[in-house]
Amino acid sequence: MPTIAQAEQAPARASLLYDPKLRAIVYQVVLTVVVVFLVYTAATNAVANLRAARIASGFGFLSTTSGFDVNQTFIPYSAATSTYGDAFLVGLLNTLVVAAIGIFFATILGFVVGIARLSKNWVVAKVAMVYVEVIRNLPLLLQLLFWYVAVLTSLPGPRQSLNAGDLFFLNQRGLFVPKPMLEGHAWLIPLTFIAGIVAMIAFHIWARRQQEQTGRQYPVGLTALGLILALPALVWVMLALVGDRPVSFDVPRLQGFNFRGGMQLFPEFVALLLGLVTYTAGFIAEVVRAGILAVSKGQTEAASALGLRPGHTLRLVVVPQAMRVIIPPLTSQYLNLTKNSSLAVAIGYPDLVQVFMGTVLNQTGQAVEVVAITMAVYLTISLVTSAIMNVYNRRVAIVER
Amino acid sequence: MTAATDTLRFVRAQQVDAAPPPNLVRGPLAWVRANLFSGPLNTILTLVALFLIYAIVPPTIKFFFIDAVWTGTNRDACRPEVVGRPVGACWAYIIDKINYFIYGSYPAPLRWRVDIFFLLLAVGVGWMLWLEAPKRALGAIYFFVVFPILAFILLNGSSWLGIEHVPTSLWGGILVTIVVSTVGIVFSLPLGVVLALGRRSRLPIIRMFSVIFIEFVRGVPLITVLFMANTMLPLFLPEGVTVDRLLRPLVGVAVFASAYMAEVVRGGLQAIPKGQYEGAMSLGLNYWQTNVFIILPQALKIVIPGIVNTFIGLFKDTTLVAIVGIFDLIRTIEASRVDPVWAAPTINTTGYAFAAIFYFIFCWGMSRYSIAVERRLAAGQHR
Repeated sequence: MPTIAQAEQAPARASLLYDPKLRAIVYQVVLTVVVVFLVYTAATNAVANLRAARIASGFGFLSTTSGFDVNQTFIPYSAATSTYGDAFLVGLLNTLVVAAIGIFFATILGFVVGIARLSKNWVVAKVAMVYVEVIRNLPLLLQLLFWYVAVLTSLPGPRQSLNAGDLFFLNQRGLFVPKPMLEGHAWLIPLTFIAGIVAMIAFHIWARRQQEQTGRQYPVGLTALGLILALPALVWVMLALVGDRPVSFDVPRLQGFNFRGGMQLFPEFVALLLGLVTYTAGFIAEVVRAGILAVSKGQTEAASALGLRPGHTLRLVVVPQAMRVIIPPLTSQYLNLTKNSSLAVAIGYPDLVQVFMGTVLNQTGQAVEVVAITMAVYLTISLVTSAIMNVYNRRVAIVER
Repeated sequence: MTAATDTLRFVRAQQVDAAPPPNLVRGPLAWVRANLFSGPLNTILTLVALFLIYAIVPPTIKFFFIDAVWTGTNRDACRPEVVGRPVGACWAYIIDKINYFIYGSYPAPLRWRVDIFFLLLAVGVGWMLWLEAPKRALGAIYFFVVFPILAFILLNGSSWLGIEHVPTSLWGGILVTIVVSTVGIVFSLPLGVVLALGRRSRLPIIRMFSVIFIEFVRGVPLITVLFMANTMLPLFLPEGVTVDRLLRPLVGVAVFASAYMAEVVRGGLQAIPKGQYEGAMSLGLNYWQTNVFIILPQALKIVIPGIVNTFIGLFKDTTLVAIVGIFDLIRTIEASRVDPVWAAPTINTTGYAFAAIFYFIFCWGMSRYSIAVERRLAAGQHR
């Protein structure tokens, strides 16, 4: 018996039961087996249930004609000819549009409120504080319902619209705004605008390098203003001189019982945007406040000791350090806003969840595929954003000795 | 020579008049000037803020109190053309429907059971939150083991004990809101601790499963998790097994909250210095002993504010179960505000105002508590 001989030779060993390596392997194997078993059972049950309910599986439904209408679409879509795949794209675009616009305004409002909370002006600080406390302590769904039901759908009808300068009209059918019409060579204007932004970034980098090498400063702010605003304006004027009518606005007009022309922003969209912006701004305000407070007072004092003026202190010393603290939670607030836009389903804005998880799921009954696709979309947005964040964090992390 | 020196010398013949006292360095007026009107920009800001207050506060007070209607049995009490004056909040409607808002359709003769449930919950929450309470370990066992069982028997009934069964389809209002958030906290905290330990485990497969679960759940909106629980949970179970309509979102909420709780607990675990682990090892404690007796008591204490904040988020998020058809407070308001008996212009706003007051009191109270604990825990760090 070789085993006995070995046991006699080897030093006294603890029982295998207490071998940490073996235990580790056993634990992990057990967990894997349990998880695999659960997934397998769930999958076989799902297959059996779906077969019993006669529900098709697979992603073929994406090319089936949808047969339902969506009121707000950014791509051509019609109930008769479009497919469920088109409906998915419509919903996805609507989600992305509301999230992008929401992030833009929430950032502005959030920074304003966050800085206001730190203001030395007592009244301003208190107003900002009350705003943050009220907004943060009420459920978003309640706020959305409030904006939609209590504010927007309680507005007067088209004939009694709230009117701003005969250009903007607000009534229970939504917000009507003038629509810019690009005609002739007008496409040059947005083009110059984009070119201006590119040129500004290039100039900024060049000016920075020049300053580092020679110490000479260039008026970056003024140049940026000129490139971004004055250049497109110049193009506009030149086009006008040539005789092209570059940009005309299609102003909404009341005809009969409704408005014609212009651009109609649906009440669902306005309510969702208002709710998301005011809600997220409350959280961003707290992020901004914490970030600014995180820059120690010694930094400001040291900057004054070096003779920097308050404006420079803020721009060159406080803000860059505060941003390091602000950016990561700010990004997670952006993600929250994107995820919260799924509450659109409560007020009927046709976002991804409402169109796809709502209508398409009800019509096809293919829960597994629809839920998986929807979740994959949100998951992709989240993971991509956090990957970018990790890169950014590594770049701005304090280099310690 | 002397003339020159004379011109250089100057002696004042008369005494200078005393300078006037600096006007306003103290007192309320000076404070107002220094704080509110110190410069043109500041003055504009103050005026804008004052205008905002003027535009928001008086109408709100007018709506909530001055124009409010307190008594009445139907819509006539709250219609301006009947009452003959502008009507603000229609509190009569809330008073009329208050039982529906609290209990939903729970049978009226059995509502004492719900009241006892609220009382038991209050005892448990108080025990857990009061940091100097006697026998807090016992409190934890009560809250996480005894109370859930009692609550289930009380609310659902039990044929075995002879307590009448009440189907969950009759539950509603604040009862459901509280049940969903309580289930969320009772299940998500232990699950979150396990997930957090798993994420910090040395064992790669356990760590991988934990990370996948946490990141997956945190990457998707709660509403998709609820839809998933609603539509896919019945699919995953064997044929013939039906899942209670209320249980589905409960599972969804518990799963969702546990991922967030795990990240909070992980923060606490990371704050524990390595010496604590080494100390435990030197005493010969094994993994579970180390965590249960040394690490978790310290880690959980640090993250009490984080747990409370997560719970505030969870409490607000319970409103989302309304979207998947559960009669929580929001949904009872949505259902009752279209009641023709109470068809009046301000009913919608009144209903939302009532819900807002309810949520604000709870969330704000919890956030005050979290700040107080934070300050208390930080006090130990000051020397």
